[in-house]
Amino acid sequence: MKQFLAFVKKEFYHVFRDPKTLLLLFGMPIAQIILFGFALTNEIKNSKIVVCDYAHDRATRQIIDKIEASPNFKVQEKLWNHSQIEAAFKTGDIKLAIVFPANFNEDLHHFNTAQLQIIADASDPNTANTLTNYAASIIMDYQKESTKNMQIPMQVNTQVRMLYNPELKGVYNFVPGVMALVLLLVCVLMTSVSIVREKELGTMEVLLVSPFNPMLVIVSKAVPYFFLSLINLTIILILSSTIMGMPINGSIFLLYFASSILILTALALGLLISNSTDSQQAAMLISLMGMLMPTLLFTGFLFPLENMPMALQIVANAIPSKWYYIIIKSVMIKGLGIASIWKELLILSGMAILLLAISMKKFKTRLA
Amino acid sequence: MSREVVIKTDRLTKKFGDFVATNEITFEVYKGEIFGFLGANGAGKTTAIKILCGLATPSYGNATIAGFDVYTQTEGIKKNIGYMSQKFSLYEDLTVLENIHFFGGIYGLRKKVLKEKSEKLIETLGLQKEANKLVGALPLGWKQKLAFSVAILHEPKIVFLDEPTGGVDPVTRRQFWDLIYDASDRGITVFVTTHYMDEAEYCDRITMMVDGLIKALDTPLKLKERYGSASMDEVFYELARGAKRSAD
Repeated sequence: MKQFLAFVKKEFYHVFRDPKTLLLLFGMPIAQIILFGFALTNEIKNSKIVVCDYAHDRATRQIIDKIEASPNFKVQEKLWNHSQIEAAFKTGDIKLAIVFPANFNEDLHHFNTAQLQIIADASDPNTANTLTNYAASIIMDYQKESTKNMQIPMQVNTQVRMLYNPELKGVYNFVPGVMALVLLLVCVLMTSVSIVREKELGTMEVLLVSPFNPMLVIVSKAVPYFFLSLINLTIILILSSTIMGMPINGSIFLLYFASSILILTALALGLLISNSTDSQQAAMLISLMGMLMPTLLFTGFLFPLENMPMALQIVANAIPSKWYYIIIKSVMIKGLGIASIWKELLILSGMAILLLAISMKKFKTRLA
Repeated sequence: MSREVVIKTDRLTKKFGDFVATNEITFEVYKGEIFGFLGANGAGKTTAIKILCGLATPSYGNATIAGFDVYTQTEGIKKNIGYMSQKFSLYEDLTVLENIHFFGGIYGLRKKVLKEKSEKLIETLGLQKEANKLVGALPLGWKQKLAFSVAILHEPKIVFLDEPTGGVDPVTRRQFWDLIYDASDRGITVFVTTHYMDEAEYCDRITMMVDGLIKALDTPLKLKERYGSASMDEVFYELARGAKRSAD
């Protein structure tokens, strides 16, 4: 035990003496959260729109106020004539137009139904779709508010209902994805490099000649990275909930538990990589190439897995971060408990155990 | 001479496929002896040392180190030997003291013993000012003296040195050998490989390995007499002339 502690202490020295390691450890998650949270978001903010209001009554004013208050829209111009709309679109920076017909308020209150037109610039279909959804949800919201005190509900023509993410917030997708990415990358990279480094320096031989149990070499290498990853996770969670407004609806304990399993999986992968290479550069390259691409592609936070061909969906099942992503989304956003995610947890744990077993076994055969 | 035998090998052989790295080598090393293991690159020195340290298993033949069998009792061997590898084997990003404490720690030395030993070691090496400096900042000669001292920190019965003085100037090499003599005086057996022939003269007995075989084993003096040579250099050329393997 004392030997073990001496070893763990040494590993911590290695980490804290190397500014590059520290930067990678703590800089990467922060940079990624900010990148994915702000820069690479698929959420559209401050999009310029025009409003063409023939009615000019209480209802339309209220709706326009609501639209202006939304962070997604910026009402650029109020138009008086339908024909001005096309001209506005042609300038290029107007993405959406909302047209209120005359007598909008009266229609709404007397007939309980009113028409309004949303015209989007569909040259970019994704943006158009997203913006239309934003607008529809604002109008829905208005309807709900004004219906509260009425006995006969107003007619709702379009029904856009988005579970869990009514504002289509991109952060909800990215934060769990970034968590998976950071934990996997940092742990795999760090363990593989730190073990290969001992081989490269020749200190591994000295360690193997010592009476210190070789299995413990591995365990003590993993300990610092395990704890540092948990600190990392905490940083990500704090950043995403304070700056990004990401909710944590479920149990924090469950969140850390699932993350610990993913970290173990990553440590095992790192160990496996360190077994098959003798240079730090190779270990780094394999970790980055081997981990980054599959994690980005098959986790589901950049590209929906449901849209992939069957073969790729099957491949995705072998990627640990896919299961972790499901768990984290369920716990953080939907606030679900262990009863609904035990299957995913089991699969992830199975992967961790299998990888640990293989890597331990491979490490042992190298000594003979 | 009926001295205590600490290393005993009998037809010890390691094959890699068709390649015979060490070919039926048989020798004995006595307690407190400085045993030189000489040979050109590729002669099989490093393979032999790896087997004796329990890092590799022999293909056949027997060997006991400090009374422990190389096949079955590697744990016993590891407790009783020290090892300094060809590559510099301390952590450069740790300070002198941290390195001493780490290696003492993994050999299970008690805190009090470790403290005494590290103080004494630093005094002997004259590293008082450098004790809290990173090892990476020390000159190579000092590093190697430190590495040797760390390798015998736990008072092993035998210490294996695999080309310990590579790239070091003659003065520092001489100082290094003073440390080896000290260790030998304390009863630690020193098993050292080298290809500096002047160092061979410092050994009590030497073996010459050529192509995986032991070509000669005796004191430097007797070897020189036998081959009628003035220096170990000539003995070496005489023996190694027929070598077929040259690269590692």
